[in-house]
Amino acid sequence: MGKIKDRLTPIGEFVPQPDDDMIICRCEEITKGEIRQAIHDGMFTLTEIRRFLRAGMGLCQGQTCTRLVKGMIARELGISPLEVEPAAARAPMRPIKMIVLGNEGKES
Amino acid sequence: MKRYDLIIIGAGPAGLSAAIEAAKRGVKVIVFDENAKPGGQLFKQIHKFFGSKEHKAKIRGFKIGEELLQEANHYGVEVVLNAIVAGLYLDKEITVQIGDEILHYKGDAIIVATGASENMVPFAGWTLPGVIGAGAAQTMMNLHSIKPGNRVLMLGSGNVGLVVSFQLMQAGCEVVALVDAAPKVGGYGVHASKVARCGVPFYLSHTIIKAEGEEFVTGVTLGEVNSSWQIIPGTEKHFAVDTICLAVGLSPMSQLLSMAGCQMQDTPGGFVPVCAESGETSISGIFAAGDVSGIEEASSAMIEGRISGLAAAEYLGFITGEELAGLSKELEKALQCLREGMFAPENRGQTIAKTDEGIEVSHTLLKKGYVDESEILRFPGIAKASGIHPVIECTQNIPCNPCQDVCPKKCIKIGDKMTALPAIDPERECSGCGLCVASCPGQAIFLVNEEYEPGLASITIPYEFLPLPVAGDKGKALDRKGKEVSLAEVTTVRTAKAFDQTNLLTIKVPADAAMKVRFFRSLEAEPWVK
Repeated sequence: MGKIKDRLTPIGEFVPQPDDDMIICRCEEITKGEIRQAIHDGMFTLTEIRRFLRAGMGLCQGQTCTRLVKGMIARELGISPLEVEPAAARAPMRPIKMIVLGNEGKES
Repeated sequence: MKRYDLIIIGAGPAGLSAAIEAAKRGVKVIVFDENAKPGGQLFKQIHKFFGSKEHKAKIRGFKIGEELLQEANHYGVEVVLNAIVAGLYLDKEITVQIGDEILHYKGDAIIVATGASENMVPFAGWTLPGVIGAGAAQTMMNLHSIKPGNRVLMLGSGNVGLVVSFQLMQAGCEVVALVDAAPKVGGYGVHASKVARCGVPFYLSHTIIKAEGEEFVTGVTLGEVNSSWQIIPGTEKHFAVDTICLAVGLSPMSQLLSMAGCQMQDTPGGFVPVCAESGETSISGIFAAGDVSGIEEASSAMIEGRISGLAAAEYLGFITGEELAGLSKELEKALQCLREGMFAPENRGQTIAKTDEGIEVSHTLLKKGYVDESEILRFPGIAKASGIHPVIECTQNIPCNPCQDVCPKKCIKIGDKMTALPAIDPERECSGCGLCVASCPGQAIFLVNEEYEPGLASITIPYEFLPLPVAGDKGKALDRKGKEVSLAEVTTVRTAKAFDQTNLLTIKVPADAAMKVRFFRSLEAEPWVK
């Protein structure tokens, strides 16, 4: 668990920033402020932020914002982005319609 | 479920190269690509590639793509397009969306060659229409013939930012500024010089504060950053633009390898699989090739692809271990060549003060994108000579040598070490054929004749803009930073099949401007100049 920062270590108070209303995850319209607040609420990994805010769970599947959110986690925690637990990758790697998923394996 | 010997995911330079090598050895190969067209990014690359003959140097990217497709067809590679690989599993099974169905395929070996995706950088207004990735700009221009905008600001001075800036100008856009938060130009100096001599100002140590506009981009504000990347108050600069193009790096699209359970590592260059030299991952029989295993140039991706295709053929028993070793040796040597010089992976982030030859590098090049007149004379490609002679403004050790191969008079010497700076052999006489000018992928070679006519010098420049000037046209002679030096008249325009669309424009200028003038702007060609 070396890569996950000890959650008992204080990371300081959440201090509002002027650009907190900037959208970071475009697909799910999650702002910088919401993500920073979530980190201060104890979400220290990409997986937690995805589940809590849905940032990175939209149409592009985090293709754009994963890297940005990772950088934000690192900055708030005062660590290197390389120390943040990498995002989990799961199928489907691209968004796929339910109707298509329902047609799985019919060929055999 | 359908079975294949080898499944390749991604029909870009790495995937196609791998498919060709494996199919050549009798392996039954299928390649899936989510795009409507094969070739990955190659068909957007309208510039000439760097390297040596074996790296297909001085051939334009899309031509290389065509060659690869022909070769793949020839060896019976099956390429399935509009096929989205949604999952890759430990036992080498994949799920693919084709049409409105999810199909299962199983390979005895898998090569993942999914490439990379563009990074983005957030700033106020970054979600406005008009903020686009450099890759998107290339797709619009070079695949669909759509001009991305009229006035463009480019963020990012790596090779992508530099090459796309030049292409934007070729498409008729005005590039108002090239911006990078880093203190020095990240890409090849020759690419930067191409852009600078068209008059594009470089703003290093600058970043975007905000994109302006309500419904779409109408302008942009920049600010200078200090060494800790904070904006220095009072340094704000405003530009009216309709497009902001971002070229801020690429990230490997390695999710499939990660979900399959391959051992991964997080690096400053992205999340990549741990690979052997053959591209084999920690799961035996699953290989990675090209940008997915670490961002490099397309030339490297093609060689990595070939190596992994051979390694897969060996894994499947189509060739022996000795055959693989023999075949990979040459390829690995060629790959090693591309990883040498100032831009070698181990030099990333380093400050290089001198070239391999011991010459102090040009500081203006790193700050402003062009080599200053006061610096240029110390490089070996610049030699005073009477009559017509080449002037080679190639000042960084990069793996590239077409100029040496192409000169019929053997005037240009690089030697066996591809990264050495080209030097002029004073013993040999230049015939003025212009092959070197057209062959240089960096457009860094000029033919100069200081004694063209009494008081006048002639300068031959590579020219890749339309409309093409004709003899007798008058225009402005521009220096390395795109500043007007004098008036100029076009004396000849040469086009030839061997020049491959790089036209040679010869202009005459006052003799004392011979070492200053490096570009020509026709009074007619670019209407915004007026």
